[in-house]
Parts: sequence; structure tokens; C-alpha cells
Amino acid sequence: MEGTSRADGRNPNQLRPFSCTGNPLNRAHGSARWAQGDTVVLAAVYGPKPGTRKGENPEKACIEVVWKPKTGQIGRQERVYEMTLKRTLQSICMLTVHPNTTTSVVLQVVGDDGSLLPCAINASCAALAFAGIPLKHLAVAIGCGVVENGGVILDTNTAEEQQLKSFAHLVFPSSRKVVGSKEPKQKDVEFERGLITSISHGVMSEDDYLNCIERGVAASSRISDFMRKTLQKEAASVAA
Amino acid sequence: MAEKTEPAAAAASRLAGEMEVEAYRRLFPLAFLERHLGESVRPDARRLSEARPTTVALGAVSSAHGSALVRLGDTAMLASVKLEVMSPPAESSDEAVEFHMPPICSPLVRPGRPADVAPVISKALEDVLMSSGMLNLKELCLISGKASWLAYLDICCLNADGSLFDAALISAVAAFTHLEIPLVSVGDDGRVFTVGGNEGKTKFELVNREKRKLTLGDIPFSLTCALHKDSILVDPTSEEESIIETYVTVVVDSSDRIVSIQKLGGTVTSMTAVKECISLAKERRRKLREILIDSVEVMEVDQTE
Repeated sequence: MEGTSRADGRNPNQLRPFSCTGNPLNRAHGSARWAQGDTVVLAAVYGPKPGTRKGENPEKACIEVVWKPKTGQIGRQERVYEMTLKRTLQSICMLTVHPNTTTSVVLQVVGDDGSLLPCAINASCAALAFAGIPLKHLAVAIGCGVVENGGVILDTNTAEEQQLKSFAHLVFPSSRKVVGSKEPKQKDVEFERGLITSISHGVMSEDDYLNCIERGVAASSRISDFMRKTLQKEAASVAA
Repeated sequence: MAEKTEPAAAAASRLAGEMEVEAYRRLFPLAFLERHLGESVRPDARRLSEARPTTVALGAVSSAHGSALVRLGDTAMLASVKLEVMSPPAESSDEAVEFHMPPICSPLVRPGRPADVAPVISKALEDVLMSSGMLNLKELCLISGKASWLAYLDICCLNADGSLFDAALISAVAAFTHLEIPLVSVGDDGRVFTVGGNEGKTKFELVNREKRKLTLGDIPFSLTCALHKDSILVDPTSEEESIIETYVTVVVDSSDRIVSIQKLGGTVTSMTAVKECISLAKERRRKLREILIDSVEVMEVDQTE
């Protein structure tokens, strides 16, 4: 199984080439253009703005997500993406720092070649960090697909997603960098293997799902290293 | 006089005690819930792993071809399936499953402003029903290549008290279980139309012999669990859902495979908690299957009487 190559020549654990451009939009408070292969999402963050929407808790900050698809009208799928992003981002932001405010995250799909939701989550997390919104930790998202013989492939593209019987989009907290030579405490290890968001499509066995999570956790450390480097580079260039 | 004021004072102090509890519940909902969880019980006196009593009544809407009314505790859902003949057969319609949340269901839903969660539940229901393999779309074909049935599933939430997706899925499954395909015949102009009543059977030449039910494949059942620190609360009410922002919805089918796992945001959850939710969902599936089979038997008894 390890030697099986996929249609585009990658091996099962290989991710597509990533790139993240910091603050391409100079009018937004923070923005990021995240690309995973041909899937490109542009995220812009505006906020915090005063006041919350009706019905939201005024003791906490509120996050509002607007999803703009590449083509076509806004329908149910866009509302699902908006709710998924809103709940995921609410769990990583420190909502009590700026109570009674609204932060808007606007996402524009520039290219869609599979794993669209993970790319959007990564883009919006980077945009929130660039905007200076206080976050508890970063969120790292990955798409995993289950192949017929039970193997797992990471970062699926559109062709693979259509062929596969089932796939899952998983979001993990970014791994914490250990400062010094401390042994990682039990709680830290558990935290790293925790799950923020999980959305599965198609029928899979329980073992397949747990397999996906294992592979996803391993890959998430690579993505979080990349995100950390990008943020550091951007911070250095702003300070210069 | 002394005897009269004594019970009045006792009543007043009792009432004061009761008012304080209700006020405490509204002012400090998290502390109220945690005090209950400390005793391994929930505010409505359920155990942590106990779901609310579920009832399924088939045939609630007489004008629909299949319908069901489901109550999951206080949450009530009404599902109905209507069949329409499409000639030539249409491609699979995107909007065939609709989940409505009218203002009657909850004080949080305002007229003219659809609830945020309604399109999300509609899409999730559609995905689960299609991917679980419960419905064999070939059964809906009438005259191959010329005409087929198009099924519209409408689910109306009558009372929203938590676990909306669970109740909606049971009601959809029950409505399809109750569904009877009506008799049809082909008219002189080549149009296919439905035929009702007994005299129709002898007058028109029928395409299908008798009213039949759909054979359903693997039926999916779902369970929502709220996760709070170390406790897992099964089947949360809307009060618990508003306090605990983290929940997992697991859908399993009869071969114990996972049809769908949805966890949208919330606190970082460990894998042991997720595995626990999956095993709780499997247990719940067995109970729900029995409830569904019982309700079908009740309906068949009613029909023969």
C-alpha cells in the first residue's frame, strides 16, 4: 500500500505544495491567500467592529463568516461552509478579550481542486493571526480520504474525492513548540492529539475513521510548522 | 388566626426557595448545570448516558404518500414524502430534501428570518440519506427511460428542544418506511397519471400492479452527544446545547459502520471521548431500530382493523 502512487504521482502521505501570502489586501485588517495545489482561497478579516448581531451573546465577541463561491449562486452548501467556519473559528479565538464586538471573515474561493474546506480554514486562521485577533492556538485543517483497501490518502484533490467512497475533513489545534528540553507533559500530548472539527462524507468503518485521524495528526504538525514560519516571516517584514 | 398564617408563611418561604432556583438557573446556567453534573445527573433528572423517550407515529399526514410524526422528548418533527411523476425522468434534484424551522418551533426563530441551522441540517440530511444506501433509486423508476418518480421530502420542526438532526433523521426514515407508491396508468396522450380508489383498478390499464412499499437498505440512525470537560451528555436539550457549545453527531448504520461524524468547532476533544460517542451511538441504534419496528407493527395492526 505504501508504494501505491496516486493519479498525480504523490504517495499516500504526501501533501500538495503549500503557499501562503500574507496581507495581499491592504484595506482589510488582516488577509491571507492560502494555496494547496490548485485549491486557492482568499480570506479577509475585518474587525473587531462594535456591536454584535441580534441574538448573539453580548458578553463575548462574535464571529461572522461570509463565503463567496467561485461561480454560481449562494445556496445551502455555502451556508454549511459558513456555519462550519464560524463554529471552528469561535473555538480558537479568545472571545472574552473584546466583548460586544463583531469580527467579519470573508472568504473568496479563487480555485477549487479538492479539500476546499480545509484550505479555507487554514486561510482564515492565518488571516485572523495577521489581523492581530487574539487566538488561543492556531487551527490546522487537512482532508483525508479512505481508499478501498482501508488505506488513507492525505490532501485529496477533486478527482480523488469523486472516486473515493468516503473522505473526512479534520481540524486539529496546532502543535505546541517545546521550549528548552522539557519532557512533554501528559496533558500536552493529549491536547495535540485532540480534535476541533471533523466532517465526514460517505460511509466508512470506525477503524478507517480512527486511521484518518492518526494520519491527520501526523500531517498537522507539518502544516503547523509551515504556518508558524509564515507568520514569523510576516511579523519580521512588518517590523522591518 | 395563628394556624392560617403558619401555612401561608411556609408556602411563601417554599415559593421563595423555588423562585431562587429558577432565577439561579437563568442567571448562572453553567454553574447550575455543573452542580448537577457533579452528582452525575442532569437538570431533567436523566442519567448522563440516557436519551429522552422517543415515539414514532406513522401516517400523520393523510394527504402525503408517506409521513411520520416523531417526538424525541419535547422535540417534535413532522416528515412527509410526496411522489410526483416526472416524464422524462429528471436528474437528481438538489432541493429534494427540505428542512423547515417555522417560528412556532422556537422563540429564537423570528418570522421572515430563517434559522441559521436549517440549511445546514437540510444538507446534512440529504448527504446522509443518499450516502447510506438506504434508498435504491432504481426502485423509483416507472417506465425505464420515459418516466420515473421524484420524491420530495419535507421535514417540519414543530418544537425545537435540542437534538434536531437526530429527530429529523428518524422522522425521514420513518416517513420512507411508511411510503406507499400509488397506482399509475398511462393516458391517451402518453402522460402518466396517478389512479386512486378501487374502481380505478378495473377502469384503467395500470403500469404497476399494486401499491407497494420501498425496500429499504441499511437504515442510518444518529445520536448527538454534548461534551463538557470530562462528561458526555447524550441527547442534549436546547438548554444544555446553549450552555455547552461542543457537540458531536454520529450516524451509524445497521452494520455498525459510520455513515457520518459531524463535530463543528467547540473545545479540543480527545480521541477517547470521540470513541465513547461512537459506541454510545451504536447502542442507541439498537434501541431506535426496535422503536421503529414497533411503530410499523402498530400501523399495520391499525390498517387491518
